[in-house]
Amino acid sequence: MAQLEIMGTPSDDGRFGDFGGRFIPEALYPAVSELDAAFRDAWADPAFRDEFHTTLRIFGGRPTPVTPLPRLSEALGIRLYAKREDLAHTGSHKLNNVVGQALLTRRMGKTRMIAETGAGQHGVASATAAARLGLECTVYMGEVDTQRQILNVFRMELLGAKVVPVTSGSRTLKDAVNEAMREWVTCVSDTHYCLGSVMGPHPFPWMVREFQSIIGKEARDQMQEFEENVPDAIVACVGGGSNAAGIFAGFANDTSRLIGVEAAGGAAIASGEPGVLHGMKSLLLQDPHGQIREAHSISAGLDYPGIGPEHAHLASSGRAEYVSIQDDEVLDALSLLSRYEGIIPALETAHAVAWIAKEAGKSLPTGSTVLLNLSGRGDKDVAQVKEMLDGK
Amino acid sequence: MKALETALRAVRDQGRTALVPYFMAGLSDDWTTTIDALIAGGADAIEIGLPFSDPLMDGVVIQEAGTKALERGTTLDSVVDELAQHSFGVPLIVMTYYNVLLHEGLNSAASKLKRAGISGAIIPDLTLEESAEWRAACDENGIATILMVAPSTSTHRAATLVASTEGFAYASARMAVTGAASDEGTGGDVVSLIREHSDIPAYIGIGITTPEQAAQASKVADGVIVGSALVKLLLAGANQAEVTAFVASLRAAI
Repeated sequence: MAQLEIMGTPSDDGRFGDFGGRFIPEALYPAVSELDAAFRDAWADPAFRDEFHTTLRIFGGRPTPVTPLPRLSEALGIRLYAKREDLAHTGSHKLNNVVGQALLTRRMGKTRMIAETGAGQHGVASATAAARLGLECTVYMGEVDTQRQILNVFRMELLGAKVVPVTSGSRTLKDAVNEAMREWVTCVSDTHYCLGSVMGPHPFPWMVREFQSIIGKEARDQMQEFEENVPDAIVACVGGGSNAAGIFAGFANDTSRLIGVEAAGGAAIASGEPGVLHGMKSLLLQDPHGQIREAHSISAGLDYPGIGPEHAHLASSGRAEYVSIQDDEVLDALSLLSRYEGIIPALETAHAVAWIAKEAGKSLPTGSTVLLNLSGRGDKDVAQVKEMLDGK
Repeated sequence: MKALETALRAVRDQGRTALVPYFMAGLSDDWTTTIDALIAGGADAIEIGLPFSDPLMDGVVIQEAGTKALERGTTLDSVVDELAQHSFGVPLIVMTYYNVLLHEGLNSAASKLKRAGISGAIIPDLTLEESAEWRAACDENGIATILMVAPSTSTHRAATLVASTEGFAYASARMAVTGAASDEGTGGDVVSLIREHSDIPAYIGIGITTPEQAAQASKVADGVIVGSALVKLLLAGANQAEVTAFVASLRAAI
């Protein structure tokens, strides 16, 4: 097999090394093949790319800036920058992907999108893009998550989407994906499944990374205003891994270290084994009999027992490193960024901040340049954070 | 030709529509006795579910059965050990998800299934394109890999699937997960699609819950698969006689 370009186009069967592929019921095969063809066609069409970039600019607030973080840099002894996905419309990087998929939905002649959501960010983004393009939208959300992210449920409803609480299994993100796939079987002819991360059957992991790669491309250009060289390290949190894939894509062929930060309770790279779930082969948390284990994290967005297949490949090839952060390290990091820089990050993002704070002066040498992907803003989490801080 | 297909062709040659009930292994301590009850009711082959935590082709009834079986400690090894202690007069087919087999190791899994007396496997999340390694393991152990053909499958793709399926071709009656209650779609079109390409037995499943629907399906198909309706009875605590009576009512209808 030809050597895969780092973060290039996967093989026709959607493989990233040993990972990826397509593991789905036959009923979905035609829809997934159609999507693959439609995405290839659209992504090669300058008019589609133009509409994608224009929509993200005039509606989505792109480009998001790179912000130097001088006070925290001084405290940590490194030169720290943040790519501000928290400033994108809907408050996270999720909009990049859903604008791409919503435009594709319309291009395929479909009128409706379904989506899964964990923390609710992808659900809100999906509902937003659907409203903008006049598509119907139904979002599947684990019942546990509907309770811990009640405001996001209301946001989706305000945006005209229907939210379906999922009561099977662990009633979190993993089960929301199962339920969305089950629903998709019944309505593939007029409905697109807008998957929220770099996971699922081919072409989703590749397509979502391509839509998110705008983060890395912008950031690489923007960093030139501040630094002569590319950053020494790029750091992003990883659940399924879409924000990390998006920023890594801009630096994959540079010398920058690429570091993905998982939640310790959902650390598929650190604790997972190869397996098949949700249409893909990747690294997954499993019991000794191949049953999928439930992830546990303080942040709903990282509460996922797997990781996108391209990350599994980047880890096994050594191009990217994956580390993990415990729940109890996250709140301090959230406070740190809030107090030093006036930015309240999402709990997911706070994992990346925590790792940077811990490693500054160690594996991130004093004086080195570090780019944090500030994947989302913390507004959605403040009630939960208050409860946890009060309970401390 | 593998043993399963020989057996199922023989059923058709007798002019009999095959009845294939599905149930979940491990729902009770004496779950293997359910197989006897199914045979007594007129089953020609039996599909045995091996539970998986994330069954994305299954509706709520089989999801619930899977959760219960897992909570009772059901594993590939426990199912194999219990089946290996008995012999049954009809072919046994396992229905599970790919990760259960992949995690065990494909060769080891296929050889354990053989030891359990299983002659066929339905793995709804394993596409033909990803199945080469599994099929090689099955060839070593005489296990047939049964592929599904859906209402959404194109004529071109159906030709490939039908040429590769073993034992029988599984025609999905409708675009749905297991146990969907609906009168839409009877699988007739899918069976026609299969017959365009092959004379392999064509069975209809997915959403066949009543004797009336089974009767309808039997007019066009060589066999009928009934799962969720039976599992619902088992979850409600039906005894062996009730299970036999339910299967007999289906048998009488086809």
